[in-house]
Amino acid sequence: MSFVWLWTDILVWTLVLVLIGAIRSIRRSEQIRKQWFNILKSPIAMSAAIILSTYLLFALLDSVHFQYTAKSTSVSSESSEISVHDQGVLSVLDVLLQHLRTQTERTYSAPFATHEYSTSLSYDESGAVSQVYRSLQYGGQHLTGDKTILDDVMVKTAVPFLFSCVFIAIIFAIHLGWGFLQTRGNYIDYYENQPKPEDELPWGAAYLTLFLLVFLFSWFYYLSHFYHVLGTDKVGQDVLYQAIKSIRTGVLIGLLTTLVMLPLALILGISAGYFKGWVDDVIQYLYTTLNSIPGVLLIAAAVLMMQVIISNNSGWFGSTEERADLRLLFLIFILGLTSWTGLCRLLRAETLKISQVEYVTAAKAFGLSPFRIIQKHITPNLMHLVLIALVLDFSGLVLAEAVLSYVGVGVDPTTASWGNMINQARLEMAREPMVWWSLFSAFAFMFTLVLAANLFSDRVQTVLDPRRNN
Amino acid sequence: MFAYILKRLLFAVPILIGVNVITFALFFMVNTPEDMARAQLGAKQTTPEMIQSWKVENGYDNPLFFNGEASGFGKVQETLFVQESLKLFLFDFGQSDSGRQISADIQERMGPSLALALPTFVIGLVTNISLALLIVLFRGSRLDTITMMVAVAIMSVSGLFYIIAGQVLFSKVWHWVPISGYTEGWDAIKFLILPILIGVFAGIGAGMRWYRSIFLEEMSKDYVRTAKAKGLSDIKVLFGHVLHNGMLPILTGVVVVIPTLFMGSLIMESFFGIPGLGSYTIDAIHAQDFGIVKAMVFLGSVLYIIGLILTDISYTFFDPRVKLS
Repeated sequence: MSFVWLWTDILVWTLVLVLIGAIRSIRRSEQIRKQWFNILKSPIAMSAAIILSTYLLFALLDSVHFQYTAKSTSVSSESSEISVHDQGVLSVLDVLLQHLRTQTERTYSAPFATHEYSTSLSYDESGAVSQVYRSLQYGGQHLTGDKTILDDVMVKTAVPFLFSCVFIAIIFAIHLGWGFLQTRGNYIDYYENQPKPEDELPWGAAYLTLFLLVFLFSWFYYLSHFYHVLGTDKVGQDVLYQAIKSIRTGVLIGLLTTLVMLPLALILGISAGYFKGWVDDVIQYLYTTLNSIPGVLLIAAAVLMMQVIISNNSGWFGSTEERADLRLLFLIFILGLTSWTGLCRLLRAETLKISQVEYVTAAKAFGLSPFRIIQKHITPNLMHLVLIALVLDFSGLVLAEAVLSYVGVGVDPTTASWGNMINQARLEMAREPMVWWSLFSAFAFMFTLVLAANLFSDRVQTVLDPRRNN
Repeated sequence: MFAYILKRLLFAVPILIGVNVITFALFFMVNTPEDMARAQLGAKQTTPEMIQSWKVENGYDNPLFFNGEASGFGKVQETLFVQESLKLFLFDFGQSDSGRQISADIQERMGPSLALALPTFVIGLVTNISLALLIVLFRGSRLDTITMMVAVAIMSVSGLFYIIAGQVLFSKVWHWVPISGYTEGWDAIKFLILPILIGVFAGIGAGMRWYRSIFLEEMSKDYVRTAKAKGLSDIKVLFGHVLHNGMLPILTGVVVVIPTLFMGSLIMESFFGIPGLGSYTIDAIHAQDFGIVKAMVFLGSVLYIIGLILTDISYTFFDPRVKLS
């Protein structure tokens, strides 16, 4: 087993390092720390932050890849001996969800079904042909006798419920113990019983959200050993597995795009606003030109060209995973290149305003270099705009991925993504009765992430935007 | 006014040249005329002579940016870039891969696109602004909070969901309207009503929040306090003063969109089978027809620039302080 570092893996871990650095610097500055406490003081923002972190956790687990050496396991089924070859690039998440990945059915089956969704021809001993709903290989096959599925599920719900109660209790104990250790260490500071900033946070909402998340996940996880909780798709793959695997694509597009666009917007926006003159003209020309090209079309054109390059140089890529990964990376770059203009314009206007303020004039009179002035006096005053723009863009990018995949210029068709799931399921709309679970799962996972991001960005905007404070 | 428009139009030329450089770089430097010739002639048994003759036939036999063989002005003029760009500036988009004239196709498909996009835009605008005004009347109340939560939820749902759910409910289950298709004339309403309603509904969340924040910002200004101090009712302040003064930020966001309505909506048109420019573009993307995509990129940029100019002009109607110069 050896680690495989895909390009997007490297970038996303770089981003995590940057985030950790940012958090450390936040902890140092009293003012910024207060702002963050202020953001999290709202119960909704707290819950949203926890949901976002959970999604991020899944994306990170899915971003550690390694080469899985060939191991053939024999699976005996009633009709034939099928050997499943496990080979290729897997992630930590794949290993955690091993049973979901390998237990595939023949074709569509509804959530919690024990039989296939459509009939297929069957020959009995006498050679007569009949239409039957074949029973599934894995889903619900532990049921014996006259036990109904509902009863079974009700009984099996107890296990994840107990687990999540214990889990939350442990977390709560750690939380209490940590707080106790902190106060005991420097009791002199606290002997006046000053209210600590942590006490004002809505811990009730936080624990409720955490409990719901843990319960939901453990419920799905536990039951997925017995059923296909969200059904299976056309080739019998578990829909729950696909939906979870899609988290990485969605989160990465939302996060890494900002990594591409941020330097462009910051450097160009600040230079345009600070240096004015021809620099300003050139940069304004640049973003007006880019802005005037319809976004979807520019992305489509670039992706079409990339497909031409890839098909002309298929020798560049070692594996399909690498090719799919490079395509994701390219899409992120294109999205970044097309989305910096809005923030750039904002930063330019704000820099124009700030560079007229007295302290900048004073800094100039002291003979500070432009670079120092920008670094010390201008950039820190733009950070609230940057943060607001970043959290606002995140949800838009997650939604854009689905649309782009539908247009055919999104991620690689082999990459798990909500857009691809919707795109494939859409073709089955005409089926009677409808195959709804793929669509439902993709939309539900996407909706939760986008809603959490929107609610969080609302709160960030309320707290950080000076115009909203009145 | 006239001089101003002329100046703005002249400013548009370098931007369009920039757009052309980008599309040209994307389409010709990656997919060179040699590649095109090979794709058209078939990969096997193509000789350099055959490629050369195909290039001459299709007018691709000049160098990309700089022609060393020509003299004087021709060094720049007799290149693929200038030739292709000139054609675009004259709105001569050439032929698509299927051999049809792209310009004719665009003219034909503009109608259905507008028939869908214009009502969606107008109804959406009126709905969003009226809802925002209504909710501003109740600002700070519980109704306001709940409505804003609902608005966030509406805008968090993928647009694809509204389309699919709408088609399933109204067409498959209830059979109220046909699932997709298009006809000429007034009969088209039965095909258009569902996509228009879905388009309006999907935009309510974001639109209502946007206009509400504009109006709320106006409400905090001094003239509103003065108006209230002299005893005007909330409704009179809102419709008499705030709506008029909020027009400037609204125009900034709205007018620039109007010309691009011609481009149609990619997703709506392809889901509902409306033969407009949006589905034209999406088909071209699926078929990798670069000629059409290039034409649509250029058209989109032109319309966007027209939108910017219209925005500036529209300011003068609502704010007498703005002078075009």
